[in-house]
Amino acid sequence: MIPELGHFALILAAMLAITQSFLPLWGAQRGDVRLMASGAPLAVAGFIAIGISFAALIWAYATNDTTVVNVVANSHSAKPMLFKITGTWGNHEGSMILWVLVLAGCSAAVAGFGGSLPSALQARVQAVMGMISLGFLAFILFTSNPFERIWPPPPDGQGLNPLLQDIGLAIHPPLLYLGYVGYAVTFAFAVAALIEGRVDAAWGRWVRPWSLAAWSFLTMGISIGSWWAYYELGWGGYWFWDPVENASLLPWLAGTALLHSAIVVEKREALKVWTVLLALLAFALSLLGTFLVRSGVLNSVHSFASDPARGIFILCLLGIYVAGAFALFAWRAPAMAPAGFFAPISREGGIVLNNLLLCSITAVVFVGTLYPLFLDLLTGQMISVGPPFFNAATAPLALPLVMAMAVGPMLAWKRAALWPVLQRLWWAACVALLAFILTLALAGWHVLSALGFACAFWLLAGAVADIADRAGVGRTSLRNAWNRARNLPRAAWGAAISHAGVGVTILGISGMGLATEKLVAVPPGGSTTFAGYEWRLEGVRDFVGPNFTARKATITVLRDGRVVHVMEPSKRYFPIGRTNTTEAAIRTSPAGDLYAVLGEERDGEAVLRLHNNPLAPWIWLGAGIMALGAAFSLSDRRIRIAAPARRRKDEAEAAA
Amino acid sequence: MTRKKRRLYILLLCAIGLGSATALTLTAFQDNLVFFRSPSDIVRETPPPGRAFRLGGLVEEGSVQRQGEYQGRPAIRFRVTDGAHAIPVVFTGVLPDLFREGQGVVTQGMMGEDGTFRAREVLARHDETYMPPEVADALKRSGHWNPAQGAAPPAANWNTLDPQRPPAGQRSGS
Repeated sequence: MIPELGHFALILAAMLAITQSFLPLWGAQRGDVRLMASGAPLAVAGFIAIGISFAALIWAYATNDTTVVNVVANSHSAKPMLFKITGTWGNHEGSMILWVLVLAGCSAAVAGFGGSLPSALQARVQAVMGMISLGFLAFILFTSNPFERIWPPPPDGQGLNPLLQDIGLAIHPPLLYLGYVGYAVTFAFAVAALIEGRVDAAWGRWVRPWSLAAWSFLTMGISIGSWWAYYELGWGGYWFWDPVENASLLPWLAGTALLHSAIVVEKREALKVWTVLLALLAFALSLLGTFLVRSGVLNSVHSFASDPARGIFILCLLGIYVAGAFALFAWRAPAMAPAGFFAPISREGGIVLNNLLLCSITAVVFVGTLYPLFLDLLTGQMISVGPPFFNAATAPLALPLVMAMAVGPMLAWKRAALWPVLQRLWWAACVALLAFILTLALAGWHVLSALGFACAFWLLAGAVADIADRAGVGRTSLRNAWNRARNLPRAAWGAAISHAGVGVTILGISGMGLATEKLVAVPPGGSTTFAGYEWRLEGVRDFVGPNFTARKATITVLRDGRVVHVMEPSKRYFPIGRTNTTEAAIRTSPAGDLYAVLGEERDGEAVLRLHNNPLAPWIWLGAGIMALGAAFSLSDRRIRIAAPARRRKDEAEAAA
Repeated sequence: MTRKKRRLYILLLCAIGLGSATALTLTAFQDNLVFFRSPSDIVRETPPPGRAFRLGGLVEEGSVQRQGEYQGRPAIRFRVTDGAHAIPVVFTGVLPDLFREGQGVVTQGMMGEDGTFRAREVLARHDETYMPPEVADALKRSGHWNPAQGAAPPAANWNTLDPQRPPAGQRSGS
């Protein structure tokens, strides 16, 4: 009964989405206030309906209801309860429900927070959100219905891919979807603005928090995915330039550009057309990511099923939304009057440079990701584009971006002089140079890593210099400067924190550039030296888990005869689904990770793969700091509700 | 600064950005495209040593030797076949979890002077029934499987198929 209830709620949500797509839009065109006001309650109702549907699916998983095909294909009664629940979105159908749930949630949030939004804009945004929701609900109902039944029910399910039975999976997709779908909101705002033919500072003030929120979730989602790959796949790497990873990176790059250009719209009313274009682009790339991952065009751990019908359906959705939005853009964008002129050397100019470089990187990653697909389609030739390509093609673009990142925030709006800013940054340049020289002196001839360290310290010092400059350190007393720093707008702090976060991530990446690895066969009781430690294999034993059996090695890591850590890497065997997984053992410290993987056993010896990954944890910590910075900006009251509300009041008074 | 001049600057900047992105992409493509080759492709035309490519096929039944060393590291030797030809491969590293004899595999590396393929990585697959599309294609090209006659026969049979005779799947079809 419960699955039918979920199915019914999903159909109901689709009906609500149809209404939401048309009524408010029609109302906005006709100026009918009652029709316009229908958008918000419809959005909330849709959210509730999809929520019921999602809860029903979780219920089916939690109770291991084997009459539901989806549960049979992806779950098993022996799975721990946590993974039964997270397994709900660990498969294609369930993850699509989560996708629309998040979308409806955003839609409801626009309705909830959007009290001060002009009603025509609110109505149009809701209508566009409704159209997106409708497309994906139709996709679920027609091609990937999770509530289909099977009779007679099989005795038990087939189990979930053991790689996905992990806490990382519990949080990675929801965060990623919050990011992807957050760009649906900025997309809806952009389309609504195109329909209205008007983009102003108030519009920028509305788009900015949404792009900030989406960006911060996407940052977290990507970094948790990367962290999951690092500890769960056991390859010792954190980013493989896998097409699926790139699919999430593309909207992130475009979204980062959008985040910055939205500031210019808000503050200076310039770059309007460009910002609208970026908003369309960020969501188009999110949809592309969904298509690549869900269609089975790419084969990886992410593509649960390859059903051509699904691929074609998503491709059609992609075509309709993207082509529709860009056609609207081509038709309406020329109507938007440019305003807010600025000199090339100015904050706006810096942001234009940022956008240019980010878009170039996006284009390079886009081409590298899709070229093999197109070549295969056109000529049948099989090629692959791997990490060397992406490293070689993106690093030269990332370097000027990083260099400009410390300078940009210190430039004045409208017209600025470069020289005084550089003077205030000279010590940061010294720190960066010192880092470069020290790396070469201590770690040997690793120019790229040394360059990376220089960039990292340049950004960290640049963030400090930015705040110090705003607080007036050196121009006023320290106490005074402290008070000024505390009273700086949160957005300024947020920018500095996020930029410093990028520096921290680059620090980790550069450290990983110095990583070393050793593959060695050791008998029990034997030991090997690596990375300045003695690694002693105490033994390998059998181990039984809730739904797997394992071989577990015990390795004692010693330094100068003292035990530093005991590591237990293992190889698990899952009888349901007959798969093996490798569980790496990781010892994390601020200086870096020691990472051990158990290979096969032969001739009484065990093959061990040992990694020394200097500074590795900072990669993900840096991403966390970036997201934190975004959250800080988001909490700035100035950019949230107060300003547009005040503005509207002023307008109302002026009209009266 | 006039509007016209500003627009000119921005256009110029865009051209530089786009141009450098294109130039970077093309040069990086030139050096880093990795082609896929089947054992038959390699026999037909030996790739120059020092150029990385992907070799794919099935792990020949009974060919996996987990002993000996290569360049001071514990090595694994096996042969990759597409039914018509087989190429010996040496790999130093921990094999992915789904590496099995008789299953599809994709390896990336370079050809050595002695005709042995030095795999730098053996690509992990996450599903035991999964056949890499490149491998499926290579098997088709080597003439062992006609997709028109149904699904691919079980992977375990592939390396035992005689190239002169049609494989089991086709025999039952005719």
